[in-house]
Amino acid sequence: MNHRIEGVGTNRQSLIARKMLTYNKRQFTENMTGRTIAMLCAALLVIVVLSITYFIASKGLSTFFVDGVSISEFLTQVKWDPEGEPALYGVFPFILGSFLVTALAAVIAAPLGIGAAIFMTEIFPGFGKKVLKPVIELLVGIPSVVYGYVGLTLLVPFIREQFDVLGFSLLAGGLVLALMILPTITSVATDAIEAVPQDLRNASLALGATRWQTIWNVVLHSALPGCLTAVVLGMARAFGEALAVQMVIGNTTKLPGSLLDPISTLTSGITLNMGNTIQGTPYNNALWSMALLLLLMSFVFIMILRFLGRKRLVK
Amino acid sequence: MSVLTMQDTIIKTNNVSVYYGEKQAVKNISMDIERNSVTAFIGPSGCGKSTLLRSLNRMNDLVPSCRVTGSIVVDGIDINSEQVNIESLRQIVGMVFQRANPFFKSIYENIAFAPRFHGMTDRRELDELVETSLRKAALWDEVKDRLRDSALSLSGGQQQRLCIARAIAMQPTILLLDEPASALDPISTMKIEELVMQLKEEYTIVIVTHNLHQAARISDKTAFFLLGELIEMDETGKIFTSPENDKTEAYISGRFG
Repeated sequence: MNHRIEGVGTNRQSLIARKMLTYNKRQFTENMTGRTIAMLCAALLVIVVLSITYFIASKGLSTFFVDGVSISEFLTQVKWDPEGEPALYGVFPFILGSFLVTALAAVIAAPLGIGAAIFMTEIFPGFGKKVLKPVIELLVGIPSVVYGYVGLTLLVPFIREQFDVLGFSLLAGGLVLALMILPTITSVATDAIEAVPQDLRNASLALGATRWQTIWNVVLHSALPGCLTAVVLGMARAFGEALAVQMVIGNTTKLPGSLLDPISTLTSGITLNMGNTIQGTPYNNALWSMALLLLLMSFVFIMILRFLGRKRLVK
Repeated sequence: MSVLTMQDTIIKTNNVSVYYGEKQAVKNISMDIERNSVTAFIGPSGCGKSTLLRSLNRMNDLVPSCRVTGSIVVDGIDINSEQVNIESLRQIVGMVFQRANPFFKSIYENIAFAPRFHGMTDRRELDELVETSLRKAALWDEVKDRLRDSALSLSGGQQQRLCIARAIAMQPTILLLDEPASALDPISTMKIEELVMQLKEEYTIVIVTHNLHQAARISDKTAFFLLGELIEMDETGKIFTSPENDKTEAYISGRFG
């Protein structure tokens, strides 16, 4: 310890000085151990994420760089026939299917979820908090195969009878997904609406606004970033969902002409074909490329969420 | 409905009690408030002054367990009667809160909020009203170049004046101010006080304050409350120099509260 300062010379002061310059061994080791463990955990997480990304990317990109499929053809061609002669790897129908079911689910579930959130926070808070909120949280825990099964046994036959079609359809997929993401949207939107300061509601009411005007113009307006976060979170879940969707959408690679036509999604395409392919073949690599697309989309969703989160802080 | 006896009384409360559940927060208060005057409500915390203030525009309706008895008559109408439209009442009796609470919108939209809801749609009329309201709240010069900026970009004192401007834009008759300067620095407080004294030309003002000097500086009449009761109400000069009640004397001389 060579930090002695000139002029601090008396005995008493040098005791204090010495104390300031000594480390407590136990504190020091505890501190270092804690830090090391925390850093190891963080490092492990980073390594796992990076290696998954690397693995998927290396497999997925080999479709283009090893098997020589052009990226633009892969993304835009509408013919998917990997076992044909010549093999065709157009995944556009899958991409379109994924976006369509996700959008349909969001369009159905967003108004319902935000409406339910308003009911639980603004209109009937007692009942909402005691009964509705736990029930909705329970819905989050239902496995997706159960949603898929319910869709398969109730929804698909219903659509078949009503519209005289196959029943397996974009509409069925959208509805099942809407039901699945409804609890996510509702609970995140509820939190966002609850976070709106009571002061703002009072201000609005004191200005002679009605309850509805207050909810619409002040509460929802202030909670908008949070409600958008809720919808994007729901969409991220819908986009990545495989099982329930696959059970009800019919899985054809033809482009859909209407809501009642069957389609495929990226996820259902992967799960249905993965078992039939051999590692390292172009067919197998093409499926990895689809997985890579899914991964990229989830990055996009995360970026949107980050952006919305930052916006909330500024406001 | 009672007929007003004095010409210049605009608010007349008669035996008003306010209960929160079982607890009686305001006890049998009868008072007259004059048109175009500033009336200050003073008293220690929990004395019921804010509760009474919130009864004057029925903000207490929002508290489920709250019950108001007695009559509050504004310009000849009992405001608690069933025929009264609460939105119109609040438009006539405006309120500014202790903490500035601008909406997460632009300065312009904050001011235009109430007029829009009360049916003003003409763009030019709105622009004009926004300007007059901001001028009356002595804020125009500070914000005229950034009406589209978020109201949250203003300082605390400016935000509070914005809230006053927002209430003025409703073209109310009465303004209720609930400790409007208690969260502000001395300079902002001074600006609010100057503003209040100007505004009484056009509006009847009732202000709750913890700051006795403030009450003495800006009000015409002062009402002293203690434990839910109205102890004394008189000309401000009289209350602060020769109060009739010992408790008032004790409070204004700083012996408790």
